[in-house]
Amino acid sequence: MAKDEKQPKKSSANSDLRLQGAALLPDYAQQVSKRSPISPNSVFRAEIILPLLFLLYPLIPGLDNWLFSRTNTSMGSQLTLIFIFSILAIGLNVVVGYSGLLHLGIAAFFGIGAYITGILTVPSYPFQFGFWIALAIATFGAGLLGVILAAPTLRLRGDYLALVTLGFGEVVRFSIRNLEEITAGTRGLNPLPSPVLPFVSEASWKIDYRWFYYLTLAMLLAILWLMRNLERSRLGRAWIAVREDELAATCMGINAARVKLSAFALSAALAGLAGGLYATKLTSTAGPDAFDFNRSMIMLCCIILGGLGSLRGTLLGVLILIGFDNVLAPILDGVIQQSGINASNSRFLVFSNWRMFIFGMTLILIMRYRPMGLLPARMAKAA
Amino acid sequence: MASSNSLPLFSNRKSKFENRKSKMWETFLQHCLIGLTNGSLFALIALGYTMVYGIIELVNFAHGDLFMLGCFLAFTLLAWLGLQGAGPVWTLVGIGLILIIVPIFCGSLNVAVDRIVYRPLRGAPKLAPLVSAIGVSFVMMNVGLFWGGAADLNFPDLISQNLSNHNLLGNSPIQFTPKDLMVIATTVPIMIVLTLFVQFTKLGKAMRATAQNPVAAQLMGINVDRVIGATFAIGGGLAGAASVIYALYINTISFQMGFQNGLYAFTAAVLGGIGKIPGAVLGGLVIGLVRALGSGYIGEKWTSPLIFMILIVILVFRPTGLLGAQTREKV
Repeated sequence: MAKDEKQPKKSSANSDLRLQGAALLPDYAQQVSKRSPISPNSVFRAEIILPLLFLLYPLIPGLDNWLFSRTNTSMGSQLTLIFIFSILAIGLNVVVGYSGLLHLGIAAFFGIGAYITGILTVPSYPFQFGFWIALAIATFGAGLLGVILAAPTLRLRGDYLALVTLGFGEVVRFSIRNLEEITAGTRGLNPLPSPVLPFVSEASWKIDYRWFYYLTLAMLLAILWLMRNLERSRLGRAWIAVREDELAATCMGINAARVKLSAFALSAALAGLAGGLYATKLTSTAGPDAFDFNRSMIMLCCIILGGLGSLRGTLLGVLILIGFDNVLAPILDGVIQQSGINASNSRFLVFSNWRMFIFGMTLILIMRYRPMGLLPARMAKAA
Repeated sequence: MASSNSLPLFSNRKSKFENRKSKMWETFLQHCLIGLTNGSLFALIALGYTMVYGIIELVNFAHGDLFMLGCFLAFTLLAWLGLQGAGPVWTLVGIGLILIIVPIFCGSLNVAVDRIVYRPLRGAPKLAPLVSAIGVSFVMMNVGLFWGGAADLNFPDLISQNLSNHNLLGNSPIQFTPKDLMVIATTVPIMIVLTLFVQFTKLGKAMRATAQNPVAAQLMGINVDRVIGATFAIGGGLAGAASVIYALYINTISFQMGFQNGLYAFTAAVLGGIGKIPGAVLGGLVIGLVRALGSGYIGEKWTSPLIFMILIVILVFRPTGLLGAQTREKV
């Protein structure tokens, strides 16, 4: 932070140079723009306070039960899902945020991860690998499929690439639905076994949400740490350079195709990992509709709202939108139902009915008024 | 063969055909006929995609949902006009009225969306309007959800019920009912008029000029914003017309239908070469044929993935489509 403030603000006269140069600079310490409603200082605090809150939340005795009794929502379980979706969003952010390629089919890789984990662990299949091996295979398998999809398509222009990813997502969803002998169709594969950790018995995974909560939180933090380093590495800088100006980056000796391919593969792998965790959390692969276009769009909304190419923005976006979708809307619906405001049973007074409207308006308004998102990455450019 | 959950238009026909070799040609021709009828509908929707893309290079994601809203408006109008169980004359007049009102509504809505959402983003990077269009699509889908509810709506089969469902081909085993005729008799003239319009009128020429080079067009005194608005109006109007015909033909509408039909139509537009009006028509017919033959010979549930596979393969290997010329992207 301090280092940033010392740097003199460069004049706008050489803004082109500044943009290209900055994209190649190693220094990505956040400099939140003046328009940001959240000052750097408060963000800095939030960065420490929020993880602490998440770490401490399950340890406060009775808090989860109390919240459950008031809202009928297991906050611990929902937070676990939010962590998993954060991993998915971070994966999507690699392609859309860092590399600037619009990806509309991330849910496909999420689903592939879930189904690989499912097939390798459920009792109805002969494999029955442990959780960790299955998760690793899901991660690598999804990454490999990402490479296979990306290799021929990356030379396409932006909007065509977006549609190829979209089409791929739909093909995967229909395949999951139609290959009933393999995927059990709309019912989904179940039951997935619990993860295996020393000192934790299988029963305690099922009774106590906290084990999975901490498992996913630990994975999320590890991935965050990895991404923060990757962001500043040679590869991370290359991603951003290719996004800002592919021609200039190529002239600087960056192999644009390889750089994009690696972004695609990493994002698919992270999505596969998230999918494996998701299926294990639900103890079921949840059926094809959990991995449809809406899932991809919601994740895209999250990272666009938060700020493309910004890790904090990604996390904030997931917290706001998934939090609204999974936690706030059901709670508000419960409150409205109980208070008798909605005696006539109007569908307008059900919050969950407004979710697509809210996601759609988020995309429109952010693109119009704040294309860099709520917590913009330094030098980020709209998709 | 998934005959239990097949499209309504197949259900009453399949049972009539046995698997004998002499019937094979009849089955094939029947599928082709259904495919061409469906295809002309896809072509109408695809025209809206292709015209907008041709002029501002925007994949108008909300186009399919505009089509969906058109179906819902047709449904509402149908109830207002009391068309269910009406006599043949009133049915024809009512359908005519709906065929005027719905395209006007869809066209105006499309223009309004362009004014409010896309126009401020004209100078932005190319993906910004695309993301906005996805947002518009979501908002429209939510409007559809409030309008018609979450369940599928049954759109009355006005033509078969109020007019006739005789086979126009006499005793031939191939079915061609007034409903099929209605689709062809409305879509083909619309396409001919559109082609003539774009080819010969002043506005049509302005559109082609803007599509070729907006800056040069502006220098020649063309009001580019108005031309773009007109393109959105025509595209929306075509989607509206397609929605009425679709609803009368398929008889099932739901708030989610826009996404899939929009994607089919987009595939058609890309297949024919996006930006090319004859390409959209050709692509629509091909996609209709693929869909009908796929349903008949591979199975209903694999047709959608098949069409999306076609989309991917075309985008990857021949992004200019069947009729598109090879153009190099400017650096």
